[in-house]
Amino acid sequence: MTEQTHEYKVDALIAEDIDAYLSKHQHKTMLRFITCGSVDDGKSTLIGRLLYDSKMIFEDQLATLSKESKSIGTQGQDIDFALLVDGLAAEREQGITIDVAYRFFATDKRKFIVADTPGHEQYTRNMVTGASTADLAVILIDARQGVLTQTRRHSYIVNLLGIPNVVLAVNKMDLVGYSQDRFDEIVAEYRAFAKSIGIKEFTAIPISGLKGDNIVDRSTGMDWYYGPTLMAHLEEVPLSDRSAVERPFRMPVQWVNRPNLDFRGFSGTISSGAVRPGDAVRVVPSGKTSTVKSIVTYDGDLDAAVAGQAVTITFNDEIDCSRGSVIAAADAPPEVADQFETTLIWMDEAEMLPGRPYILQLGTQSVTATITEPKYEVNVNTAEHLPSRTLKLNAIGVCNISTDRPLVFEGYEDDRTMGGFILIDRMTNATVAAGLVHFALRRSQNIHWQAVDIDRTAHAAQKGQKARVVWFTGLSGSGKSTIANLVEKKLHSLGRHSFLLDGDNVRHGLNRDLGFTDADRVENIRRVGEVARLMTDAGLIVLTAFISPFRAERQMVRDLMAEGEFVEVFVNTPLDVAESRDVKGLYKKARAGQLKNFTGIDSPYEEPQAPELTVNTAAMTAEDAAEMIVDYLLRD
Amino acid sequence: MALDDRQLTHLQRLEAESIQIMREVVSTASNPVMLYSVGKDSACMLHLAKKAFYPSPPPFPLLHVDTTWKFREMYKLRDKAAADAGMQLLVHHNPEAQEKGINPFDHGSLHTDMWKTDGLKQALSLYGFDAAFGGARRDEEKSRAKERVFSFRSANHRWDPKNQRPELWSQYNARKAKGESIRVFPLSNWTELDIWQYIQLEGIEIVPLYFSAPRPVVERDGLLIMVDDDRFPLREGEEPQMRSIRFRTLGCYPLTGAVESTAATLSEVIQEMLLTTTSERQGRAIDHDSAASMEKKKQEGYF
Repeated sequence: MTEQTHEYKVDALIAEDIDAYLSKHQHKTMLRFITCGSVDDGKSTLIGRLLYDSKMIFEDQLATLSKESKSIGTQGQDIDFALLVDGLAAEREQGITIDVAYRFFATDKRKFIVADTPGHEQYTRNMVTGASTADLAVILIDARQGVLTQTRRHSYIVNLLGIPNVVLAVNKMDLVGYSQDRFDEIVAEYRAFAKSIGIKEFTAIPISGLKGDNIVDRSTGMDWYYGPTLMAHLEEVPLSDRSAVERPFRMPVQWVNRPNLDFRGFSGTISSGAVRPGDAVRVVPSGKTSTVKSIVTYDGDLDAAVAGQAVTITFNDEIDCSRGSVIAAADAPPEVADQFETTLIWMDEAEMLPGRPYILQLGTQSVTATITEPKYEVNVNTAEHLPSRTLKLNAIGVCNISTDRPLVFEGYEDDRTMGGFILIDRMTNATVAAGLVHFALRRSQNIHWQAVDIDRTAHAAQKGQKARVVWFTGLSGSGKSTIANLVEKKLHSLGRHSFLLDGDNVRHGLNRDLGFTDADRVENIRRVGEVARLMTDAGLIVLTAFISPFRAERQMVRDLMAEGEFVEVFVNTPLDVAESRDVKGLYKKARAGQLKNFTGIDSPYEEPQAPELTVNTAAMTAEDAAEMIVDYLLRD
Repeated sequence: MALDDRQLTHLQRLEAESIQIMREVVSTASNPVMLYSVGKDSACMLHLAKKAFYPSPPPFPLLHVDTTWKFREMYKLRDKAAADAGMQLLVHHNPEAQEKGINPFDHGSLHTDMWKTDGLKQALSLYGFDAAFGGARRDEEKSRAKERVFSFRSANHRWDPKNQRPELWSQYNARKAKGESIRVFPLSNWTELDIWQYIQLEGIEIVPLYFSAPRPVVERDGLLIMVDDDRFPLREGEEPQMRSIRFRTLGCYPLTGAVESTAATLSEVIQEMLLTTTSERQGRAIDHDSAASMEKKKQEGYF
């Protein structure tokens, strides 16, 4: 019950003294917050109301809004504030919010960024995304409904993502007769639950988004409530970047700034603490130390910089430092480890695959990581631990992760920037999960190679692939090298580790003592087979392009490999076609009798009987053939 | 002042965020470019780029997808701003639009489609840019409120609003398949007021058309259109009149409505902006069709 005014309001100071207004506005701070709740809780209405009451809605928008309210709104002839914020056309038709939308408004004291996220369980990932940058969470409750399953889910996520301030907004108080008893009852119920999941403090405010009670203006219907209005609370709550400044200095290096030979600076955003010229710093993980020479910015060198500032730092010594390094206080460096316990929030349609390598991005570091089976999955509605073998879309679970390189990190609880990471699928490039580092399972300096059995499976798993030998066989000039080259290029661009052993090249070195007699041909293939075998032990996809005319030698190599590792590709080009191409002019020489033992002319070629793949080059381009082979290789 | 008392203002936080985004793109993309439209948002973005890489010049070129119908003062500032920043300026004209003589008077929305939408796609493909900075802000329009900072485009430059990557903390996943590109919006979290205030605090040079001055205009279809050159076909009875006007947003001069104003300084412009009762994009003819029109345009590749 507040005065309902729909006229456009402006700050008197803007008209009277714009410069005074601007100087006030210039010193504002910024608060990012998230609203949690469902459409039914009046979330969009509340945000629309905040925008409206803080004069962020213009007349033309208001006109569109009034028109739309009448046609598709849910408030009869009244303005439906929810329509202001439900952005995408599809969403508006369905009347639901399915993504994260960011809204902006400002008061005299602060600028606000609101992450508006959907409340339903199937949109947990969207809420997690919105929560990741929030300083404060507004958890909405419908006063008629009280604490519901979704209230518990939202609170669990808010706490998990470490949002420092929680507001319990008990909405729709107008529909329960502005009853203090009802409000107290809900707050007591929520307090018991919040305590059980680790939320230490929260601020409860009775409101009506629709009527505007205790949003900006104090409600006249709830004289029993003495606390702040929602807006007043948002304006006054202390900001979390204060505590970041108190922690030790860290700056993940984003970019090495090297305009000329005389300047070498390291650009990044300070994630915690403060730095001054002269400070002793340590570059992690290398451990090299130096002192800060200068803090360079476009606006001149600084005498100090703090968490949140984007700067460029130079050192007094030339030490190794690059993207992914973290510059830290020399006496309080962050931990480095390659095995962690983490919480994962799965965000992809394709479920998590334990053992599959994913790309892990943390700060400015990017490594390959494999995940163990979950220790447990969390029921987000009850916070119960459930046994699980995988994580599906929107599932949250605790898993161990191991990385192929040591990672500089902080526990997420202490530092969101250095403790929060994302996982990326190597094939689709999709962001498949968000992760929170709890702690290192063991420090990397204690890891010894002998302690771990790095077998061929481990080598291959680290590269995210299955080791293979792709054995191209066919006449000289059939197109083996061309196709093998294309296959290698494709594998390379897919992030696969491969190596191409080419007949001609091998004969320049390893096999330069061998000729083209049958015996030498056999030895040639035997050596190549052994090299290929060593390379598969290292986890590589080995491509070989040799005429390899004899079945037995091809079989010999096949027998060296594990079941399924040897992929024979028969490049089937008829002799007359190969001869007519004669890329290297060899057929001409052989026909002229200048080359002895030439396959197809005076030396036999034994066609494979059951190759894994056959390429008919008369009917297929080299590009298509390469595509087919890559598809085959990546099929499992 | 003790260090731990230092609290960054909202503009300092926004600035740091934009710089972090730009550095991230330069570190992860192989061939980035900055789209430069000469408006106030572009001016801010360019200024932030200078800050992000100082003392190096921004390590990418500027690209202006031109329609040949911008205000003359825009062309002047464009060339000067690029030279001041020590950056290469690429100007693209859609050859097809040029050949067909596509213009805002005879061709309606085809003008924007061909010069801007198609022109942008052509230029990005032509130079093989895999990341393009744009000055769009989330507060401009409802469908933009949900766009990511790193926004992916398929090989044919389409945007799929249903298939966006989640963006957590300040982690951006910049990985893409061959042929795909990213549009990056470092000003996502800035509002119109933030932009103006930043221009004022940092002394950023903007096109004088944002400030009021007597200029020749005609009134057409409810918009005040400036007659910027002699290509403007006057209708019968139309006589350009000198009126004190300025622009809140800049585009092709025959499509951009002016407002009558006396605001000749930044403070006055900001004051007018705050006291005004219509939103910024109203001066652009393109948005009037329907509330969902921008979303549709974006799916088709309009920035």
